[in-house]
Amino acid sequence: MKIFLSIYFLSLWFFTGFLFQKKTKSESIKLGLEIYQDFCVQCHLTSGEGVSGVFPPLKNSDYLFNNIDISIAGIKYGLKGQINVNDENYNGVMSSQGLDNEEIADVMNYILNQWGNNYEKFIVSEQVAKIPKTILGK
Amino acid sequence: MKPIFVFIYLLFVHTSCAQDNTPVIETPTQVNYTTELIVDGIEIPWGMAFISSNEILVTEKSGALYRVYEGQKTKITGLPKIYNRGQGGLLDVALHPEFKNNNIIYFTAASNMGDDLGGNTALYSAILANKTLENVKIIYKATPNTKKGQHFGSRIAFDHEGHVYFSVGDRGNRDQNPQNIDRDGGKIYRLNLDGSIPLDNPFIKSTNAKKAVYSYGHRNPQGMLIHPKTNKLWVNEHGPKGGDEINIIKKGMNYGWPLITYGINYSGTSITDVTKKEGMEQPFYYWVPSIGPSGMAFSTSNIYEGWKDNLFVGSLKFEYLERLVINNNKIVKREKVLDKIGRVRNVKQGPDGFLYISVEGKGILKIIPKE
Repeated sequence: MKIFLSIYFLSLWFFTGFLFQKKTKSESIKLGLEIYQDFCVQCHLTSGEGVSGVFPPLKNSDYLFNNIDISIAGIKYGLKGQINVNDENYNGVMSSQGLDNEEIADVMNYILNQWGNNYEKFIVSEQVAKIPKTILGK
Repeated sequence: MKPIFVFIYLLFVHTSCAQDNTPVIETPTQVNYTTELIVDGIEIPWGMAFISSNEILVTEKSGALYRVYEGQKTKITGLPKIYNRGQGGLLDVALHPEFKNNNIIYFTAASNMGDDLGGNTALYSAILANKTLENVKIIYKATPNTKKGQHFGSRIAFDHEGHVYFSVGDRGNRDQNPQNIDRDGGKIYRLNLDGSIPLDNPFIKSTNAKKAVYSYGHRNPQGMLIHPKTNKLWVNEHGPKGGDEINIIKKGMNYGWPLITYGINYSGTSITDVTKKEGMEQPFYYWVPSIGPSGMAFSTSNIYEGWKDNLFVGSLKFEYLERLVINNNKIVKREKVLDKIGRVRNVKQGPDGFLYISVEGKGILKIIPKE
């Protein structure tokens, strides 16, 4: 019986791990591309270069890499007010696009690993879920 | 002619990029007007409707409707559930032509009503009872729902024959929606004011057609009004890169998207080389480069010197209001009004004859001539 139970629980653990496996970083990036093309590309443009002084760049952006959680909050709740990106000031409005936490994680993984950007960690929806509006300071 | 010249000529013709189309936009050297902020604190003021010169209904895209009396905002309760995603949300608002007698308003919003995931554009009517909406009815809901974030269209207009018009963009599905009258999306719609289908609608006898369709082959029409003199329906739509258009809508006609266009994909790749085709309407005007045209209005008052009968269109992309002078059925002059003012979402002429614009992140501004 003991052996049976251990085998049972071991296989249960194995199969749940298998069946409910989280997507990999590269799968997330791939889904993030679709979100990016649907919701972000009109302003931040195809190579994440943005429009100088109007729409901040994502490519090689010091603001993005120094403010990962605030960037997530910006996508989740919307972002307005002045920010400084690569020594240039931006004072626009990015409205919340209504994306769910999973989609926000995907698009973050995409923009953090495109156009020469490289971010070692992998952003997951649980992390997005935990980020409160208050970190935007308003 | 020597072949080398022919070669050079052809090379030149085939490699030259799309030029800015005429007339080129001008920036006035002298500015004879100023602005006054009359409504503030609205992030994306999408639609506005004047109850009187000092009372306006304003929508906020994220899902709020305000009644503003002399600058004081009151939030209206009783809105249906709004699907706020991408370009969708609470969009246009308009008064019934007999509003003074019946208090009926119309509004458009993205709605996720239905079984499938996502949302699509819906036209509603309701009775505005002071600070709340009563008898809210969905009078048209485009299907199917989709999680795509683009192209909800949504502008509302009325003619003088008892019809309401509204637009629905292609909803990010240009290959299936705009050219197929059996599907919603990429269309201008016409209904009777009570929401029923006019018996003289163009596709009323087509078995599978969406009977409310009035014209098709559109991408994302977000400016629409009845011309104050000719009573024709004028529409502007967001094209792809370099293909924004003004069209004067004729019943049952095909405006070509995506089979003909002057634009290209945002990525710079081609959609089609064809700009004209038999059976498809040419735009009255098209913009290269794209300006991101939002609402439109004609100035019919004598308040602004030299602006009478000019067309005004908001530019989301270049953040100004564009003034277009029309002569002999052609745009002969374009000018930037209020350059760098911000993303202009809408423009309307108020009952007092003044022009009002809504600007993202700012609110509603009244344009006032300098003494």
